Amino acid sequence: MTDMANPVPPLAILLELTHRCPLQCLYCSNPLQLRGASAELTTQDWFRVLDQAADLGILQVHFSGGEPAARRDLTILVAHARERGLYSNLITSGIAITRDRLAELAKAGLDHVQLSFQDTDPESAERINNYPGSQNRKLEFARWVRDLSLPLTVNAVVHRQNIARVEAMIELALELGAARVEVAHVQYYGWALLNRDALMPSLDQLREATRKVEAARQRLRGRIVIDYVIPDYYARQPKACMGGWGRQFLNVTPDGKVLPCHAAETIPDMEFDSVKDAPLAEIWRNSDAFRRFRGVDWMPEPCRSCDQREVDWGGCRCQALAVTGSAAATDPACALSPWNGTLRQMAFDASAVPVPTLRYRRIKQPASASA
Amino acid sequence: MDKSGAAALGILGPTSCPRLAAGVRLTFDRTRENWILLAPERVFMLDEVSLEIVQKCDGATSLAMIVDDLARNYSADRDEIELDVRKLLQDLLDKKVMAI
Repeated sequence: MTDMANPVPPLAILLELTHRCPLQCLYCSNPLQLRGASAELTTQDWFRVLDQAADLGILQVHFSGGEPAARRDLTILVAHARERGLYSNLITSGIAITRDRLAELAKAGLDHVQLSFQDTDPESAERINNYPGSQNRKLEFARWVRDLSLPLTVNAVVHRQNIARVEAMIELALELGAARVEVAHVQYYGWALLNRDALMPSLDQLREATRKVEAARQRLRGRIVIDYVIPDYYARQPKACMGGWGRQFLNVTPDGKVLPCHAAETIPDMEFDSVKDAPLAEIWRNSDAFRRFRGVDWMPEPCRSCDQREVDWGGCRCQALAVTGSAAATDPACALSPWNGTLRQMAFDASAVPVPTLRYRRIKQPASASA
Repeated sequence: MDKSGAAALGILGPTSCPRLAAGVRLTFDRTRENWILLAPERVFMLDEVSLEIVQKCDGATSLAMIVDDLARNYSADRDEIELDVRKLLQDLLDKKVMAI
């Protein structure tokens, strides 16, 4: 059972160092209201966050963004994490880092690199991220990662625009020397929700992709680890989002707000504490945002008496909000939710839209064009 | 299949010399008071037995030598020990936490 007054220490923290990014991916996990450079925390702030994270018992730190390399202090932040014994992971587009800078990061003690690919087909990839020439630069970056003997994970987000090439993406990861590939279907909040009609696969496409991934897993066992995240819209059982709300994970925004998950700011009546005002340990234990959906006491029926309640921890709050209008509702991805049929119908409808408008991630609020 | 071919596929043999894969760190977690393996997106908590096995995986000691050593130290049945060691190491190999 979860002890509300004294929760177990978190395992990982994701630092969104910046929202600046050369790419404009259709499904970016950053919020619609992107923060500009002037709002970002200082180097000293991030040092303090890293110290407090290590003291709190956090083991892994993910340097993310936006593109984390847009911050000039990335290398000294990685070095600081290493000094504090934290395992450091760089989540990058691969666009903004030179070979020399990557070598400096390796020297500073970077443990692992996670490189995103939007597709194996350059034209399609560059339509998804809206950055001409990005594919070649990513491939070159991947070679530098290998030359420097840094371990690599390839992130492949899949959706209707690229799902036909899911096998090719796994093969690409293998060719690039990645020990791991994350094949993740899009999760529909924020930018991805805006672009849902362009991204949603059909049920047949999903089944085909899942079959290919399972086959590749068998075929490539021992050569590459394939992590597969299924899309909730066709699910019957919810995922344990973030391993459970406020159980393992924290997310810090570029301006210092501490969130239980990267999409939590979509919940309109939720307030978030800032690392500028309170120590991380106190926020983890006491902030309203973390306490609201921690454990099982907040759960409505049928979750509250469900034998899966400490397996899926109620699934995803942001999705419950996006689909039902209430963040405290049963996750619609669960077959026991009255919204499960609606969710599936939304997926069918979205996947049938022929040529939808693409809405690219930009620092300004997007115009509300109709799809 | 030759030895290097088997190694490339991550299949464990008696002469294989397992070691931690690149990007994996063995460390003591002071907060949880437990030895752990830190790996990409994963943390493995080690019990006493798995810690002892992992510590012997230095890339120079073969599986056969590791098993011999443990069988001697624990005066236990060698076949049984070998089964346990193989099970742990094959699992870690499949997860790319170990390499040979």
